[in-house]
Amino acid sequence: MTQAPSSGLADPVASAVRSRFRHRYPPLVLASAALIAAVLIVSLAAELLAPYHYTTQDLANRLRPPAFLGGPALYWLGTDELGRDIVSRLIYATRFSVVIAILGTAIGAAIGTLLGFIAAHFRGFVEEAIMMLVDAQASLPFLLLALAVLAFFGNNLTLFILILGINGWENYARLTRGMVLSANTQGYAVAVRALGASPFMIYSRHILPNIASVLIVQFTLNFPQTILLETSMSFLGFGIQPPLTSLGQMLGAGRAHLLSAWWIAVLPGTVIFLTTLSISIVGDWLRDRFDPTLRNR
Amino acid sequence: MNARFVAIKIGRALVTMWLVTTFAFLILRLSGDPIEILLGDQAEPEVIDHYRALYGLDRPLHEQYFKYFAGIASGDFGFSLVDERPVLTVIAEAVPATLQLGLTALLVSVAIGIPLGIVAALNRNKPIDRFVMIFAVFGFSIPNFFLGILLILLFSLWLRVLPSSGMGTLWHLVMPAITLGTAASGSLARFTRSSMLDVLNKLYMRTAAAKGVPRLRRIQWHALPNAAIPVVTVLGFRLGDLVAGSIVTETVFAWPGVGRLLVTSVSGRDLAMVQGILLMTAFTMVIANLLVDLAYGWIDPRIRASTAQG
Repeated sequence: MTQAPSSGLADPVASAVRSRFRHRYPPLVLASAALIAAVLIVSLAAELLAPYHYTTQDLANRLRPPAFLGGPALYWLGTDELGRDIVSRLIYATRFSVVIAILGTAIGAAIGTLLGFIAAHFRGFVEEAIMMLVDAQASLPFLLLALAVLAFFGNNLTLFILILGINGWENYARLTRGMVLSANTQGYAVAVRALGASPFMIYSRHILPNIASVLIVQFTLNFPQTILLETSMSFLGFGIQPPLTSLGQMLGAGRAHLLSAWWIAVLPGTVIFLTTLSISIVGDWLRDRFDPTLRNR
Repeated sequence: MNARFVAIKIGRALVTMWLVTTFAFLILRLSGDPIEILLGDQAEPEVIDHYRALYGLDRPLHEQYFKYFAGIASGDFGFSLVDERPVLTVIAEAVPATLQLGLTALLVSVAIGIPLGIVAALNRNKPIDRFVMIFAVFGFSIPNFFLGILLILLFSLWLRVLPSSGMGTLWHLVMPAITLGTAASGSLARFTRSSMLDVLNKLYMRTAAAKGVPRLRRIQWHALPNAAIPVVTVLGFRLGDLVAGSIVTETVFAWPGVGRLLVTSVSGRDLAMVQGILLMTAFTMVIANLLVDLAYGWIDPRIRASTAQG
């Protein structure tokens, strides 16, 4: 009995498989996916991973540098102006930012998708009105509207999450409306309708699963924008308020200590940057895979 | 056909402006009594009544709405309750700073983004293309408040070569303009690249190559003008990102423009001011979008031709 050569060099099949794998899943995409997974795990297991609570103060050890810059080994990324451990605060801040961004993106996706279905179902005046709102929303920077609403209503967490949720709804509404209009004329929808299915059945059981992939891609494109909106607003002092913390709030508070303790601002900034970067890379890759017309670009 | 196109575009712009104005009115009224917010709980009832009558807040809601609308239409955006000057005057003072920063940032993004996009498209799938694309993703993934802080840290605090805040010399402009321009240059590079690739794959490019037009000439006279059309359009629509970015960038660098004015007005709850900035910015953007829409038909000869026929 002959044995297949086990060395990778001599095995054309294995090397072809590897090359195909590398082509399909570029290292950059895999690294980004790993980073996203790490961020999610950190957010889920914040209590287990954080050495301290994010409000625990150690006033004897204020503004200590990270351990690799000669700080105490107890706080390996240093402490802030109240002697709070930066590692612990980063972990909790990541959790707050990620949870708020997921909630915000999900709310926007739900509202936008629903309005898209409504526009495509009722047509006529309803569609005109919804599309007019979409155009109006798309022509204005959302940060401006968000700041105006916060100025008028004052700041609280529920309102802040709702505002983040409204962000980006117009993309889902526009996409959903277009796809539902075209799906309605396709054979499967016509057939199910002829069998007597209610519009709700057709939309939820047949059309929604068919257009879900595009909506999921839109979700990954919208998610980093929501993170950036949350961190921008918290950075400006209008989002998450102390004692709660988010990555943007940490960065904004760290600005005051740039000269003496730059790491307080730079560390959360790096986490924001790497997170949005990874999601953008994975989102682009997903879009290319789902949209064959873009594959040649 | 053409007149109808223009009429629809103008109609939509007007509707958007009306929606924003109504939105501003509604949030102002839904949010409670602006006079109580301003004067606090301890104010005498007579004082509150006096101010209420002064600002017309004792009238019925629909009357206030029409009065408010008429005011906006005649350019009366009310008084800043903090500054005690007309809102429009205060905004007008901040506009030059914002324009200076915004236009410089636009220049930076065009000067970096478009050449990079062209180079990437011409060297598709080569290392330089990959490098440009990675730069582009970096550019629009880095939050501008973080980039601004990194620049301040590096050039103001460590190297001590650039001023960290304020306005005055050209040196003050360098870091804010780079901060604001980087994100736009990233997305512009990507868009230019894909627009160029579209054109390079066109049949007329192959025809030009077949009849022996030199490569440089083909790129300069056949590809670039055609690729420029969508790029110019998208440049107009990027205005919104620039406005949103300037709110944050002006705050980071203490740049005395409209963005920073908005942030200080939101902090100080100067509602008339916030409302004025919201409306002025929205109107400016709607009009800019309208002009881009109309200019599109003017730049693109194909649209002109089809209009002439119809």
